[in-house]
Amino acid sequence: MSEHVDTLTHDDHASHEHHGATGILNWLTTTDHKIIGMSYTITSVVMMLIGGALAEVIRIQLTTPTGSLVTFSQYNQLFTMHGSVMIYLFAGPFAFGALANIIVPLQIGAPDMAFPRLNALSYWLYLTGSLTMLAGFFTTGGAANFGWVGYAPMTDSVNAPGVGTDLWIGALLLTGFSAIFTGVNLVATIYYLRAPGMTLFRMPIFTWNLLVTAILILLAFPVLTAGLIMLFCDRHFSTHIYTVVGGGSPVLWQNIFWFWGHPEVYILALPFFGMVTEIIPVFSRKPVFGYKGMIFATLSIAALSLGVWAHHMFTTGVVLLPFFSIMSLLIAVPTGIKIFNWIGTMWGGQIWFSTAMLMSIGFVITFLIGGLTGIYLASPPLDFFTHDTYFVVAHFHSVVMALVLGAMAGLYYWAPKMTGYLLDERLGKIQFWLLFIGTQVFTFPQYIVGLNGMPRRMALYPNSPEWQTLNVWSSIGALMIGISTLVFAINCFYSWKRTPAGDNPWDAHTLEWFTTSPPPHHNYYRLPKIRSERPTWDYNHPDKPALVHGHNHDGESS
Amino acid sequence: MKNEGRILLGLGLFFLIMFGFYWPLSHEQSGSTMMFFAVLLGFLPGGYYYWWSRRMKPRPEDSDDADMAESAGFIESFPGSSIFPFTLGMGAWMSVMAMIFGIWLAIPALSLIVWALLGATAEARRGGHH
Amino acid sequence: MDSTPQPPQGSPSRSRRPRRLAALIALPLTALLLSGCTVPSFGAKKSDTVTGRSTYQLWQGFSIAAAVIGGFVILLIVIAVIRFRAKGATIPRQSQYHLPLEIAYTIIPIVMVFVLFGYTVVVENKVVAEPATPYQVSINAFQWGWKFSYPGTNALIVGHTNQNPMMLIPVGVPVHYTLTSTDANHGFYVRDFNFSRLAIPGIKNEFSFQAIDTGTFNGQCTELCGLYHSLMYFRVKVVTLPEFLAWEKKFDTPAGAAAAQAANLVVEQETSSIIPTKPTGTTGTKI
Repeated sequence: MSEHVDTLTHDDHASHEHHGATGILNWLTTTDHKIIGMSYTITSVVMMLIGGALAEVIRIQLTTPTGSLVTFSQYNQLFTMHGSVMIYLFAGPFAFGALANIIVPLQIGAPDMAFPRLNALSYWLYLTGSLTMLAGFFTTGGAANFGWVGYAPMTDSVNAPGVGTDLWIGALLLTGFSAIFTGVNLVATIYYLRAPGMTLFRMPIFTWNLLVTAILILLAFPVLTAGLIMLFCDRHFSTHIYTVVGGGSPVLWQNIFWFWGHPEVYILALPFFGMVTEIIPVFSRKPVFGYKGMIFATLSIAALSLGVWAHHMFTTGVVLLPFFSIMSLLIAVPTGIKIFNWIGTMWGGQIWFSTAMLMSIGFVITFLIGGLTGIYLASPPLDFFTHDTYFVVAHFHSVVMALVLGAMAGLYYWAPKMTGYLLDERLGKIQFWLLFIGTQVFTFPQYIVGLNGMPRRMALYPNSPEWQTLNVWSSIGALMIGISTLVFAINCFYSWKRTPAGDNPWDAHTLEWFTTSPPPHHNYYRLPKIRSERPTWDYNHPDKPALVHGHNHDGESS
Repeated sequence: MKNEGRILLGLGLFFLIMFGFYWPLSHEQSGSTMMFFAVLLGFLPGGYYYWWSRRMKPRPEDSDDADMAESAGFIESFPGSSIFPFTLGMGAWMSVMAMIFGIWLAIPALSLIVWALLGATAEARRGGHH
Repeated sequence: MDSTPQPPQGSPSRSRRPRRLAALIALPLTALLLSGCTVPSFGAKKSDTVTGRSTYQLWQGFSIAAAVIGGFVILLIVIAVIRFRAKGATIPRQSQYHLPLEIAYTIIPIVMVFVLFGYTVVVENKVVAEPATPYQVSINAFQWGWKFSYPGTNALIVGHTNQNPMMLIPVGVPVHYTLTSTDANHGFYVRDFNFSRLAIPGIKNEFSFQAIDTGTFNGQCTELCGLYHSLMYFRVKVVTLPEFLAWEKKFDTPAGAAAAQAANLVVEQETSSIIPTKPTGTTGTKI
């Protein structure tokens, strides 16, 4: 087999034992993308647990029309911090900081990210930003309490005088820069550090999606950062950017926020699309269907996502409705292409239902439901009566719970590569069924109660006791999701150092499965020839290449 | 390198077309401004990569039948461990705290930042630890 | 116990599957055809305004499209998951693209999107239209209540939170509304009119609708506006035009005005440990 493999000659240190700082100082000074990625993974999962705990309190409060578990003020903090922690501190960093950091350099055959110290800085900014935001809970005025979107004028110095708001703003500045630096790092790494033969159109779809995510980060996050600085000036330096007195405009905040906010949801979604696009081919034992179509779809989503922001503002009365309507409807098309390509990958395959595959199929179904309900919201007349009701809450929870399923899929799939050990499959399947069914039980009552008129961000609903049954069902679903998370935690402890994985337990296709589990310092002792988007598969199954024009490479048709 | 440039140029072109519809139809200032700068973000680096791709030597990672040996030799200096990301991170965090809790915090914040920047530059010149 | 993942070994024959699947599909389709020709509401309300009814029909149209597409895609997934389960360790045919199919499922959704957009624009133009009408209502939202005034008359209703202020409008004629806010963002939302609009400080929003039947309909604030956002209730009572004009005249005398105001507010019956009896919102002088 030596003719297929060339030994890397540039890194003489690859086989050295790591010497130098140990313990906590080792962690504080690391620039290894794998350790940084693991740190991101653990921190973001902890944030998910915190956000989830806040959610469970919300759901308990809403089981009765006049719940008295929390006060009005505490409730406003609860949903604000639930949304903020989940989006800014869990979903984003998990999507582009955790698995991306670990897997992207491995998938393109690079020894590390292009700027390792900048990568480490991104993590420290994320960690300090997270702690800063959570610190709001310990201030006298309480944490931020104006919704995760922080609409002016609820964030001005009159309505939100406490330091909790400033901590929220400061945290977003820190995590914003963390994201921007990661975006720079990802683009530079993917553009400049690929292994020989790894052309752009042979990169795995996960890496492609992260390239586009990184470009979206660079397009969107500076906008939010600027808007936040302007908000801080309004609060402390008597500017009047978002306040009516003095000639400002509260709607300006909404425009700026959503110009970031909509690309942000695709920044969250694209990495998980990528994960699922890695997993489904492996467990169907076929290449991904429509590789170039997937790339076209990803680029279309990125391009369109910058032109749809005001669909969050249809009811303000000051946006160009038809423009944003057609652009928002069009985004459904590339998403549909992806879903059909995932089905096409499974079609004709030999599907093996590991936990990662189950989670991925659950992702596709849940995202389909969330995506279809999003189409209603793209139509202004339909948005007029669903905006700010539980219909919207259900829509985006369908979509983000799909992302959580995708995150679990990614963790089950890549845990062996990252840690060297497999997660238990039986516990994984229990977790999957609880999570998948729990998600549907959680969201479907919310669609209905939203159409029945329940607005969002309600601490109580005393005038409408008829909404109680649906709320109770939704809370049961939330409880199931919570239990599934417990099962996951049990699985992590149970599987700790139990079943060694080997280099390629899934007979997977992409380059990272060629190296050891976990990979050595600077990732590869040797690399195979790269002649397609599945270098490890080609190495292990040279007799089963992807079909080209219906034939294999030797011209035989099949 | 050409495709890398094309991705960004393509996005910039799409944003330009979108801007071409959005600004005349809406005359809405904030969104149009942000969209216009998105156009620039596509064209400037994209144009640079595309222009550079015509002048540079072909790279092994852009070639369909390259061998691993073609990238033998020094790729980049990857500093194996460095305290400066942590220091700079602490300095940045402390600057944010200075904005919120009092400008006197800017003194330790700026000290940390300056130390980190100087140290990281010196470390890069030395080639970093491995 | 060894929990290393293994691909599954063997499975029952596939010949009976297609027939079972056909039965699974035929059953709901028959039920649908037999249910008669009324289109289901898909959760929305028929609405008591003319434009609300157009919106309702648009909702039904979108729902049919969503149900068809969603049902079709889920069916494909279910079929794929059942039919292509692994049998042993065979490696299947490594197909990776089919250009005509890919082009089809790019073009067809684009066409569907433009059709949906066309219907959207038609209904949208109806909803945002503002026909000339002598009946005007000014709605002012404040933390945490509503003020309804009728320009050209003395009619005025002001109430907060649980007082659930009620405004009257005439049936069968278009009424024009102006929506403002003095302090925070609020949402004017009446579920039975299939409509909502935000009240944003500094912006005067205008819209119009025409009620079809008399009745009393509940409304609520939908945009987070602070502490008692959950309690910012209001009601809309649709009455006949003569009743409406008579009611407006009541406000011409101070005693009549006081009585009419009181009749349109509710004294809070139900109490709870956290619903305030005297919330701190005012008629709004904050900016």
